Amino acid sequence: MSTSPIPHPSVSDTDASLIFQPLSFNRTFFSRGMTGLAFVLSGLAILPLFSILFEVIKNGLPQLTLDTLTQLPAPAGMEGIPDGLGNCIIGTLMMVFLASLMSIPIGILAAIYLSEFGQGSAIGSGIRFLITVLSGVPSIVVGLFAYTVIVFTTKTFSGLAGSFALAIVMVPIITLSTLEALKLVPTAQRLASSALGANRFQTTFKIVVSSALPVITTGTLLAISRAIGETAPLIFTALFTINWPDGFFQPTPSLSVMIYNYAGSPFIEQNAMAWTGALVLVFIVLCINIFSRLVLAKTR
Amino acid sequence: MNADLSSSSSIPSTGVNPEQDISRKGNFLMDEGFVYITLGFAVIAAGLIFWMAAIITEKAWPAIQTFGIPFIWSTDWSVPAEKFGALPYIFGTLVTSGIALLLAVPIGISVALITSENFLPQWVRTPLGFIVELIAAIPSVIIGLWGIFVFIPVFLPVQQFLHQTLGWFPLFSSEPPGPGILVAGLILTVMILPTISSISRDVLRSVPVTLRSASMALGATRWETIFRVMLPAAASGIVGASILGLGRALGETMAVAMVIGNTKRITPSLLDSASTIPAVLANEFAESHEGLHLQSLMLLGVILFILTLVVNIAAVWIIQALSLKGRE
Amino acid sequence: MDSQSTQTVADNANLSPALRVHNLAFYYGTKKALEGVTVDMYQNQVTALIGPSGCGKSTFIKALNRIGELEGDITIEGLVEFYGQNIYASNVNLNQLRRQIGMVFQKPNPFPMSIYDNVAYGLRVFGRISKTVLDETVEVALRGSALWDEVKDNLRKSALGLSGGQQQRLCIARAMAVRPKVLLMDEPCSALDPISTMKIEDLIHSLRNEVTIVIVTHNMQQASRVSDYTAFFNTDESRIGQLVEYNLTPQIFGAATDSRTRDYVEGRFG
Ligand SMILES: Nc1ncnc2c1ncn2[C@@H]1O[C@H](COP(=O)(O)OP(=O)(O)O)[C@@H](O)[C@H]1O
Ligand SMILES: [Mg+2]
Repeated sequence: MSTSPIPHPSVSDTDASLIFQPLSFNRTFFSRGMTGLAFVLSGLAILPLFSILFEVIKNGLPQLTLDTLTQLPAPAGMEGIPDGLGNCIIGTLMMVFLASLMSIPIGILAAIYLSEFGQGSAIGSGIRFLITVLSGVPSIVVGLFAYTVIVFTTKTFSGLAGSFALAIVMVPIITLSTLEALKLVPTAQRLASSALGANRFQTTFKIVVSSALPVITTGTLLAISRAIGETAPLIFTALFTINWPDGFFQPTPSLSVMIYNYAGSPFIEQNAMAWTGALVLVFIVLCINIFSRLVLAKTR
Repeated sequence: MNADLSSSSSIPSTGVNPEQDISRKGNFLMDEGFVYITLGFAVIAAGLIFWMAAIITEKAWPAIQTFGIPFIWSTDWSVPAEKFGALPYIFGTLVTSGIALLLAVPIGISVALITSENFLPQWVRTPLGFIVELIAAIPSVIIGLWGIFVFIPVFLPVQQFLHQTLGWFPLFSSEPPGPGILVAGLILTVMILPTISSISRDVLRSVPVTLRSASMALGATRWETIFRVMLPAAASGIVGASILGLGRALGETMAVAMVIGNTKRITPSLLDSASTIPAVLANEFAESHEGLHLQSLMLLGVILFILTLVVNIAAVWIIQALSLKGRE
Repeated sequence: MDSQSTQTVADNANLSPALRVHNLAFYYGTKKALEGVTVDMYQNQVTALIGPSGCGKSTFIKALNRIGELEGDITIEGLVEFYGQNIYASNVNLNQLRRQIGMVFQKPNPFPMSIYDNVAYGLRVFGRISKTVLDETVEVALRGSALWDEVKDNLRKSALGLSGGQQQRLCIARAMAVRPKVLLMDEPCSALDPISTMKIEDLIHSLRNEVTIVIVTHNMQQASRVSDYTAFFNTDESRIGQLVEYNLTPQIFGAATDSRTRDYVEGRFG
């Protein structure tokens, strides 16, 4: 290799000092302007959450007593009677419980099929597509469906109809989140299990599901939290009542429908109770969400 | 290599082992049977969408027969006269969702950039993204409650200002009553923002870091890199996220029903009250009696169902199509 | 070590250094990755950086155009001069600096846009340029990278459709299109097949007339084939990267003074 210098035009110092030449005005302006804009827009984006949390606490906390959580609502306009939303809490829990009983097995088993057996097949991807589409169906349309299937045939608004609607909202959420969880389990673990002679049932539950369990639980909890807050599927299925829920074949009160009804009420006490209901609802939903995200962050 | 060969040759030998074969047969229920059971549940889950489509269409059928296709562009909605048409509600649904999309896309991309780029230290970015995504967890009825009692009063002076200064302009030509199209659009913006920002952020994060380095190494500034390399590379995901957000806005019920004013109206003014398909369903369905009114509401449900179906399928399809093209 | 490089400078007093590095230390957070690196890289010469993996070659090269700063929390001590100008001075415009000191990465990384737009990218970000100038620059850069004949009919096609070797030559063309004074290359051939590697090596030969090249390579034959000077990096006991020996390439490969260098170039470790 030749080391003799090749003749070349020498680079003058002024050339290198180009590195001190400031960025053109346009480019500087664009950079600063865009950074400023992005910060302002992001600030706007987080403002509503803070405002919502602040207002829910400010307006909901004053009425929050043990009575509020355990008593029935006072009839509108009546003073000096304990006023509560105990029936709504029970109604919501009942309906979400029944909805979970219906949706969790379907969601998890469907996800097991999609991840363990239907991978790559036309049936598998077709089913997955349909479930994804189901997850995008507006919950009010789910309400129409539940109304027709249950309320119309049984001739009564009922907690059962509400649970059915909530279950349909939950199924795609559980299926898709479980599917994601199962995909994270390394294939080698499945092969190792089958190689030891385990059948598919054993491999799936002992190896795949158990190692994905924290993530599956998280996804299911998120689906439950979504159902707890759903209103649209309940307003013409479970309807509402100011009495205690009485089985699954009667109109059933819920926190979310109570908030909707009382928010539009002309009575200030009912408006206030809507805020208290919102506080209870936000508390439950945020606890589940924050807990789930922490679990997810740990497993990742 | 050697290990591979020996292990693959050992599989057939265990396969013909008679004892193993017998135990396999005994396990049929736990093996093949299990596959079919899970398949059954998967089919149930997927079949829900067809069942739903069939049921609500069947229920809406008398209305379809009575009004036919003109139902879509008829502006009547009168219970006593038994005359029903969807246009005012389709109008409200599309306009409020359009406003939400228009506003949520730039804001969502900003949030995605702020949380994926290193403008801020990591300990600020993570909670920031978390906070924005938490909005998605707040039940929409609570956002509606906040809309009625907090946002509308705060925003009313802004609406009045818009009307006073820009009242000559059709979009702001009416006296603002408080609730209305613009308010509903803004509330929807808040609600679909997390969808758009979180998917966009994930997509931006998955753009190879060496692409940014290459752009910066050519002397591009951060924002030039964002506009010329990062956003184009993430375009498919961002478009898909926006369409998913649109789908969510179209079907959103409670918050909109609580802040839009619920009047059947087609109006150029964004300050006017109006209604949407989900809102009219929420308001009228429980009180409707079996008959043409209920069937027409069902038909509105069918229209909403089709609208969101098309939008959601488009989102899935666009994400797939564009990501395939990117890989070519 | 200092005497070593001083001696090289003395030997080649007729060469002017494009980049001078004096006593450079580099920290990722609090972790020191490089220390005490002093070396001059001469104008229109090819300087190869060799050494076992993890000894800080990439780190070093990232300090020369300040791209390392994109990776977050880093600290630099010492001096890096580009034709006598301190590139870590507070008033340096990083965009101008990086335009002067181009870079080619380990894996080919064309932008997801057309071949033409890839090459024109660097020019476009610095302002509006007439189409004729742009066309001409793109052609010159692609010819300079020996890619023109292969792509001249497909300039509007996506760059992602090119083979790996073509993509890497496109990346070189993209970097050369803004006429940098220095071109930094971090293992540019490690992801390529032997034929593509040969093409890139030929390219390096022809480009040294226009630009000062600093190339990191794992491949000792490549270093001896393409470079005029070679710097051997290694880690010490505390796993901090250091410059062990720097000299004319034939010296390093034939008569290295440090026993670690001899061991390394003879393939006894690394
Ligand atoms: N972004 C980074 N953050 C922290 N440490 C890093 C980073 N990049 C490289 N290092 C560390 O610095 C040392 C030198 O790495 P590098 O310069 O990539 O070596 P080489 O290119 O010679 O293989 C290694 O120990 C590596 O782990
Ligand atoms: Mg390296």
